Amino acid sequence: MDNVQPKPLPEVNLPELRQVGKPLRRVDALGKAVGATVYAADFTMPNMLHAKVLRSTRPSARITRLDVSRARELPGVACILTGEDAKGAKLNTDLPGQTGRETRAGSDAPVLALDVVRYVGEPIALVAAETVELAEQALTLIEIEYEDLPGVFTPEKAMKPGAPILFEPDNVVSRYAIRKGDFEKGMANADLVVESTFKMPFVEHAYLEPDGGVAWVDEQGVINIRVCTQVIEHFRSIARALGVPQNRIRVRGTMVGGGFGSKEDITVEIFLAFLARETGRPVKLVYTREEQFASTAKRHPFTVTHKTGVKKDGRITASQVKLLADSGAYPYLTPYVLLYATGMAAGPYKIDNIHVDSVAAPTNQTFTSAFRGFGGPQAALGYEQQMDEIAKALDLDPLAVRRANYMQTGDTTCTGQEVTSAVWSEECATRVLHALGERTAETPMKKIGRGLANTFQSYGRITWFHDTSRAWVGVEQDGTVVLRCGVPDIGAGQSNSICQITAEILGVPLEQVTIYATDSAVTPLAGTSTATRQLYMSGNAVTLAANKVRENLILMAAGEFGVAPEEVDLADSCAFVVKDETRSLELAVLARKCAAAGLSLSHLAQFNAPFTDGLDPETGQGDIWPDFTFGAVAVEVAVDVETGQIEILKCAACHDVGRAINPAAVHGQIAGGTHQGLGYALMEEFVLEEGFIKTPSFAEYLIPTSVDFPSTDVIILESGTGVGPFGAKGIGEPALTPAAPAVANAVADALGVRIPSLPFTPKKILEALGKA
Amino acid sequence: MSSRIVRLTINGRLHEASLPPNTTLLTALRDLGYTDVKNGCEIGECGACAVFLNGEAVNSCMVLAQQADGAEIVTNAGLGTMKDPHPIQEAFADAGAIQCGFCTPGMVVSTKALLDRNPDPTEAEIREALSGNLCRCTGYGQIVSAVRLAADRLTGKRQGVLPDGDETGGGEA
Repeated sequence: MDNVQPKPLPEVNLPELRQVGKPLRRVDALGKAVGATVYAADFTMPNMLHAKVLRSTRPSARITRLDVSRARELPGVACILTGEDAKGAKLNTDLPGQTGRETRAGSDAPVLALDVVRYVGEPIALVAAETVELAEQALTLIEIEYEDLPGVFTPEKAMKPGAPILFEPDNVVSRYAIRKGDFEKGMANADLVVESTFKMPFVEHAYLEPDGGVAWVDEQGVINIRVCTQVIEHFRSIARALGVPQNRIRVRGTMVGGGFGSKEDITVEIFLAFLARETGRPVKLVYTREEQFASTAKRHPFTVTHKTGVKKDGRITASQVKLLADSGAYPYLTPYVLLYATGMAAGPYKIDNIHVDSVAAPTNQTFTSAFRGFGGPQAALGYEQQMDEIAKALDLDPLAVRRANYMQTGDTTCTGQEVTSAVWSEECATRVLHALGERTAETPMKKIGRGLANTFQSYGRITWFHDTSRAWVGVEQDGTVVLRCGVPDIGAGQSNSICQITAEILGVPLEQVTIYATDSAVTPLAGTSTATRQLYMSGNAVTLAANKVRENLILMAAGEFGVAPEEVDLADSCAFVVKDETRSLELAVLARKCAAAGLSLSHLAQFNAPFTDGLDPETGQGDIWPDFTFGAVAVEVAVDVETGQIEILKCAACHDVGRAINPAAVHGQIAGGTHQGLGYALMEEFVLEEGFIKTPSFAEYLIPTSVDFPSTDVIILESGTGVGPFGAKGIGEPALTPAAPAVANAVADALGVRIPSLPFTPKKILEALGKA
Repeated sequence: MSSRIVRLTINGRLHEASLPPNTTLLTALRDLGYTDVKNGCEIGECGACAVFLNGEAVNSCMVLAQQADGAEIVTNAGLGTMKDPHPIQEAFADAGAIQCGFCTPGMVVSTKALLDRNPDPTEAEIREALSGNLCRCTGYGQIVSAVRLAADRLTGKRQGVLPDGDETGGGEA
């Protein structure tokens, strides 16, 4: 994989645009830089109470006694709620707009545990008091006794006969089977069969902003919840839990201090709503960092087994993939995460004969749910390590094996879904390998290794969820622009992208656009900031809305100029005749003329994703996603043979993003996602022993700092073939996926043996070197 | 162990507050309305709560408010405003160094502490100076570029907007 030259790109003619494609300063940047942005925990209300949550200290137990009377008597305590007060209320894992449902009924987490607890950190009671200190003191006065029950702590054990059952009738949260082509015939045609198994741990999201919010009941009786969330449309689930109409819950999102999937789940919302309704006063609840570790979602541990039939030249004739995922104590989004891993299990390769069997089982551990990539990274750790194992078994170059199997546009995934956009896997792979440059020389103390990973990752939600987004665009009478869109901004530039698109279409500078976002009552609902869907979905919605407004502006201007509408363009807050730019009209003048003529200068648009039926229940064949993003990462590592420390010497990441709406923001997604992936490979593991947490804070659970890894060499490709605005593809999740398998392959290259489980700690390295 | 009147000058404003002995400077600052000081871990591991205490950058969660009695505190919001941002804040915004923004106030404080003592730091010195500030979004590369940009602007080396190194463009990168 040394001295690789970049594969020439197919010819692409993307038009030069005025705002789109420019690395402009993001609209949210300055407010954040000077500390003016108000986050969820920064907000206070008059007469506000402070809440705390009593949590289980047992992984599997029956609550035999719960007495809150002493806590209730503490002066300054306004309210204590237990499972008795929230009977039947569930943390529903249904997603907004979703019409299919895979989650097993009856196993949604209760808002507050009633009889049994299933993991350490499970919420049991809520306290609201005049101060945080009083709320904490009240927690210590709650008397609770447990009777420990048998627990189960690995999915393997959960699947064994006789294991304690978390939810009747059995320990299967979900299961999928994919049957494509003629597997037996493919295996019979193979020259060699390669088999490997890889394991991945629990991982914490570790965004810097803990979950939190403030709730109050307003003068209409509407429960307002100001919260950092990726999903304001949880107002429906919150309403169901409280037993109130959906129009009596208003979620006002904030700028989110990082989400990565964990703020996709309901966190503090229902607790706050119950307490605010009960007390009639504003209530604030902000989690501590330790609470984040104990009580919020983790990335799913997976065990992935590949059995692959190959020809001597590296071509795959048949493949069998088995996936086993740990759902933790409650399903949350596990059925969908498992579906993602299953549907992407074959990687960006053309494999005609394939079986995939996947199952998720519960354990008495912290629950697992969405985390950037949503099962895609675990699938990739399987297929990309397997590609290198195939190369090793056949004594071929890892790039050569990939070249023999890359899917192309028009080929199908393991579920038979046709890929309709550009597939630039080889273009990405050759560029990242080229970017590594000269191989660093080995020394007796340092083994050098290089690794490549080619991955693909969906963007947009599952197509049988019938996903939609809405945006409203209007021009004010001074020519400035207002954008209303319910998009939660979780830091990736969700707001900025749609502002930049609006500015492009209406021909105004970015500073002239003001956005109102993330309020379930007053901004048009835009769906979740998850699944790498906001640029695709809301970008298309805002494009529809802005183009409608543009039409009227151009119509009015064409009339004024006495030319055809096609001869008029908008730029620099003016309308002008394309062939004679001296003939122009300020947008402000035009806006007033439109108003005087009764011509609308605002529009509410809805964008619908493609809607499909679910997968065939027998074969698992069918479409799952709107489209895919293809990318690659290559890394060079040095392994210190004495200490077992791994140093990342070089790292390059390349993705075809379709079209970079803001290249600086795209760079940030790729660099940041890659970095998270490096941490996943080398440092991060949320450790539980028999259900008890061993990494409860940032002192034990380490995430990468500024001195751990070098900057990633970021290469952005633009095929212009995505289904997003201006041909954009999504990049939020795809950015993370290839980094960890690239490291895994580099470490295996350096050591000559493969360590079958993440993370690659010095202890495992020394064991692999025979030095432990 | 009783509450005591603590006098703090914060961003130029004098405050007097009665505070119990276990109240941290972080809690005191946030309760007084200086919410640009972020609470990320409360054990000194993340750096989001960094402020200047008598000119020295500290994690405010690791200082008791009573210990800070009489001190002069400057938070990130005390360095600049929307109307008049500090060059470091401006550089962070320009260099794409801000994603979710939650680590940014602490990052800016650590950057100022670095550039005050070393106006022309190397990349290694920048990375070392920021090693106590966690960021989960950016991978630090654009933050390092922002610090370099701020240093260049403050020393008059560079007026430009974006740092070098972005490889982007239609079709062929």
